[in-house]
Amino acid sequence: MNVFAFDALNVFLLACLVVTAIAIARLRGLFAVAMLSGIYSLLSASVFVLLDAVDVAFTEAAVGAGMTTVLFLATFGLTRSRENAASHERRLPALLVSVACGAVLLFALSDLPPFGAADTPVQTHPIAERYVETTHDEVGIPNMVTTLLASYRGFDTLGEVMVVFTAGIAVLMLLGRCSRERAEDDH
Amino acid sequence: MALHQEHVVLRVVAKMLIPMILLFALYVQFHGDYGPGGGFQAGVIFAAGIILYALVFGLGAARQVVPPPVLRRLAALGVLLYAGVGVFSLLSGYAFLDYDAIDPEHPSHGQHLGILLVELGVGITVASVMLMLFFSFAGRGRQ
Repeated sequence: MNVFAFDALNVFLLACLVVTAIAIARLRGLFAVAMLSGIYSLLSASVFVLLDAVDVAFTEAAVGAGMTTVLFLATFGLTRSRENAASHERRLPALLVSVACGAVLLFALSDLPPFGAADTPVQTHPIAERYVETTHDEVGIPNMVTTLLASYRGFDTLGEVMVVFTAGIAVLMLLGRCSRERAEDDH
Repeated sequence: MALHQEHVVLRVVAKMLIPMILLFALYVQFHGDYGPGGGFQAGVIFAAGIILYALVFGLGAARQVVPPPVLRRLAALGVLLYAGVGVFSLLSGYAFLDYDAIDPEHPSHGQHLGILLVELGVGITVASVMLMLFFSFAGRGRQ
């Protein structure tokens, strides 16, 4: 892909992200918001694909666009699916908080390296070269992301699985089981 | 939530799609060494297939396919499988989660098998936790 097409696609996708975000902020019907946040995740996944991070894109598409949307929809079955309009006296503080957060983020952005810079610590640190050169001999699996996540950093991934497991247990404790299932268990 | 009385098109399309989604999940699970994907993605895709079944054919039918008590045990089993591989390597005199321990003669075979096993553990836990989340959210609305 030539550089111009890459830039144009990036700009297009990021513009779509901004439009989706504004639409989410303005809509009151939460069903539409759930669908739009699914679209937002899918667009982010496309950005990740453009950046050659296919594994991350895969996760984003499956979890963000698929799972989260379904959980949102299931939650609307428990609550209402329409957002209350914010009262007028709250609007000014909300605007101030949003502007302040945005300003802090923009300020932090100035410390980030430019997009695609080759001399960042991530690119120049010797550990990256060490992994690229030795995974083939030490592990021999073509997908280096899997090698890193499951083998070199297996302890990290174990922690992540624990987090997923603990989150599941916590939701079970909070929401409990439905009465029918409990009745079935007791018999 | 039960759409199975009407909506013939939805029912037929879902019946055709669900096996393919589940098969694709298994492909992502066991092909993660070679292509993009792995346990996390495969678990979510597998759960999505069952959730589609629950949305079209009703929560009760899905609960019969994967009973919630079984899901709770599976969620723990995945973590145990992952940690078990680590404990096995510890007991064999290697570092925790050093898969060379599985096949000391051919370390790269051990690595392959170890990665396959821990990814399987990840997949089992993620799929069952996702389904647990869905069942507990969707199940409450019916009380």
